[in-house]
Amino acid sequence: MKDQQVKLEMASRRRFLKGISAALGGLVVGAWLPPMAPKSAAAEAVAQGKASLGDSLADGFGAFVRVGHDGRVALISPKAEMGQGIQTGIAMMVAEELEVGLDQIDIQEAPPNAELYTDALLQFQATGGSTSTRYTWEPLRRAGATARMLLVRAAASVWETDSNLCHARDGKVFGPTGQKISYGELVDLAATYALPDDVILKRPEDFHLIGTPATRLDTPTKVNGQAKFTIDLDMPGMLITSARACPVYGGKVRQVDDKAARRVPGVRDIVILEDVVAVTATNTWACFQGLKALNIEWDYGANSKIDSAVVDQKLQDAIQRDGVIATEKGAIDASLQAASSKFEAVYEQPFLSRSPLEPMSCVVHVRDDGCDLWVGTQVPGFAQQTAAAVTGLKPEQVKVHNQWIGGAFGRRLDFDFITQAVRIASKVSYPVKLTWSREEDMTHDLYRPQYADRMTAAVNGEGFPVGWQHRIAGGSIFARYVGSLPASGVDPDAVEVAVDPIYKLDSLKVHFIREEPEVVPVSWWRGVGVLRSTFAIECFVDELAHNAGKDPLSYRKTLLAHKPRVLTALDLLASKVAWDSPVPRGRGRGLAVGEVFGSIVVTMVELSAIGEKGVRIERLVTVVDCGLVTNPTSVKAQMEGGTLFGLSAALFNEIDIKGGQVQQENFHAYRQLRISEAPPVEVHIVPSAEAPGGVGEAGTALIGPALLNAVNATFGDRVRRLPLVRSGYFIA
Amino acid sequence: MLTLNVNGTTHQVDVPGDMPLLWVIRDILKLTGTKFGCGIAQCGACTVHMDGKPVRSCVLPVQSVAGQEITTIEGISEKPLARKVQRAWLDHEVAQCGYCQSGQIMSALALLNDQTSINDHAIDLAMAGNLCRCATYTRIREAIKDVSESVGVWQP
Ligand code: FES
Ligand code: FES
Repeated sequence: MKDQQVKLEMASRRRFLKGISAALGGLVVGAWLPPMAPKSAAAEAVAQGKASLGDSLADGFGAFVRVGHDGRVALISPKAEMGQGIQTGIAMMVAEELEVGLDQIDIQEAPPNAELYTDALLQFQATGGSTSTRYTWEPLRRAGATARMLLVRAAASVWETDSNLCHARDGKVFGPTGQKISYGELVDLAATYALPDDVILKRPEDFHLIGTPATRLDTPTKVNGQAKFTIDLDMPGMLITSARACPVYGGKVRQVDDKAARRVPGVRDIVILEDVVAVTATNTWACFQGLKALNIEWDYGANSKIDSAVVDQKLQDAIQRDGVIATEKGAIDASLQAASSKFEAVYEQPFLSRSPLEPMSCVVHVRDDGCDLWVGTQVPGFAQQTAAAVTGLKPEQVKVHNQWIGGAFGRRLDFDFITQAVRIASKVSYPVKLTWSREEDMTHDLYRPQYADRMTAAVNGEGFPVGWQHRIAGGSIFARYVGSLPASGVDPDAVEVAVDPIYKLDSLKVHFIREEPEVVPVSWWRGVGVLRSTFAIECFVDELAHNAGKDPLSYRKTLLAHKPRVLTALDLLASKVAWDSPVPRGRGRGLAVGEVFGSIVVTMVELSAIGEKGVRIERLVTVVDCGLVTNPTSVKAQMEGGTLFGLSAALFNEIDIKGGQVQQENFHAYRQLRISEAPPVEVHIVPSAEAPGGVGEAGTALIGPALLNAVNATFGDRVRRLPLVRSGYFIA
Repeated sequence: MLTLNVNGTTHQVDVPGDMPLLWVIRDILKLTGTKFGCGIAQCGACTVHMDGKPVRSCVLPVQSVAGQEITTIEGISEKPLARKVQRAWLDHEVAQCGYCQSGQIMSALALLNDQTSINDHAIDLAMAGNLCRCATYTRIREAIKDVSESVGVWQP
């Protein structure tokens, strides 16, 4: 950690750059964000040269803090806002160090520019993987502190005094004899200085903004209908378009009879592509009606023979194989031989759709000399590249105007819909706004893969595992996203957590058995690989505790003696829920614990049984240690929402395939938790000064196993496959 | 030509009678605060008021609402109770992505306008038709409770 920090300081000192104040009308401080973390899955993708992410510097000017002559601070956010409150968090970091109020900051979306906005954890310009706070934490504070130092120095020079005798506060500099001057008046002078080498960040005990529950900057327009999402945009001359892609992934259009569609009032053009038919019209309803009136003959292709049962069977076969070894520590074979007993279980997780509430949408204008994209995206660089590839334009001719996102959960890390929008827009002369129907959105998502995990533990005389073998079978998101697996043949996302479980084990062997579903493309889903492995491990450890006749909390503590922070979180949970006192008859509690996305989370679910299969959620408690907290309100909101998001899926959700087609088309068939079913989520934050961890997905990762463990405690029924309703349970 | 009354203004619109009110509001009148989420009355993102009652505009043919008073999220901010609801939404930091929140607020406001006694059960009944994929339910409940208390109709 120390080493990393030193490196970080050197790198950022070297790379700090200052723009030309004349061009931008003020003092401009940018931070080039240096690599500072172990490489992630996506990083390996880049390292392999599979994803080329570059983009010239021409358009970007850094993750900038820019102080204008009016004293307002423009902050160019390298992170997209999708409801996680990150832009407020970033503004707080800058405001804290720059000594301005949050209300002095204006946020702008960063244009695509890999060199400037690459996420040091993800190693490409993206918002995802719960890295945002972790990645921006140091560099953005440093940018704010740098600007403050330059302004103080400028004031000191005006007053002909020592800058050590001056201090900044509320957008002004104060001098030793009561002088004061506002930032706006200092920017021209400050912009003439070289950047300081010795930027000193505030100590956490001096923070007056970070750690306070600040009000989100983006919410006022979200309560009065003024907030604009991609789907709300309007451009001069723009028409709406909506598309229907082949219902079977990989299929093609054979022929189209569009006579009836052309008669729908408002319909302008029918665009026929290889695998997609689109209608453009003056309004969305006409598009939908036009699509319905099309008579399309499809060539469904090979995938039309695949049903869910085929996918199930392939995974069952796969977990009998050894695949590729992802990690091997100690001698698992010897452990299994010497063990006083063995225990094996198989856990299964279904295909899932992201289904954010804003259906996929994208505004595009393709011209001979360039292309503009107005779209909420987690990957603006990829958006730019795909538009360039489709149109034959140079990347720098493609402008991406990032927008607020109406929920993503991973969906807008993909850019399939952007590609489609550009393909359609290339065939017409006017700007179009692509709007998918919900049916199109749900049946043409990219899905969280279906997985099967087979775990085999060597158990000692006291009932504790000395080691386990963990076989993971499923499609590879990494390979789909990047183009291929790393040379090791192991999907680093699929085995995350599994290769480094928090529990102390003498031996561990993890296998990755790639079994592509083929029938649907696979992708990131909130919680990613962390969630999938945590699910299997936390169910498994709970079963081991149960088999040993031990309390699942104290059993875990025994295996976690080397993890003091985790123990603290477990103890806090135990005290909040009075774990040691018995639950009333007919009730049961389940828990799960993990070190996920740099945070520690413990989640507890208490259920009561209503009849044989009726489940009532009595209580849902989560404890999080996410290190130093920027905005406690956002942390709580993310833990609440993330936990319920995961609960909704764990209870209800599963995508089925029949004849190669996704069967769930809308929210009646892919039902979501409603307010009447949603328990309050109690969130307890462990006070901590450690480096900040991610929270956007942390709650999501723990709720599934906690729920199934609670079902076992309540009903004496060990469910090993999600979602819960599949086993006949219902919410009572 | 159909005559529509939206947010106190009369509009003449030239659209097919079976076009759902949602698309008239969004695409013709350009009031985009009312959202599209499902199109089949499953998510509540498109909730507006018709003569004060919450309705799902995605399934209401526009010809069926001619002559009624339609209120969208853009049309509520003058009303004191609505301002209280919006304030509570901000105080409780309800919104995450915010996409569902127009619909949530319209449903909540209809509940508060309509009921002289509100409890958790009443919230469940009034709000169960509004999905939030960001799952902000805990805070929606708190915000409604807060307003109910402040206007003296909270009766647990
Ligand atoms: S869009 Fe009307 S209820 Fe979903
Ligand atoms: S706040 Fe995102 S859907 Fe409700």
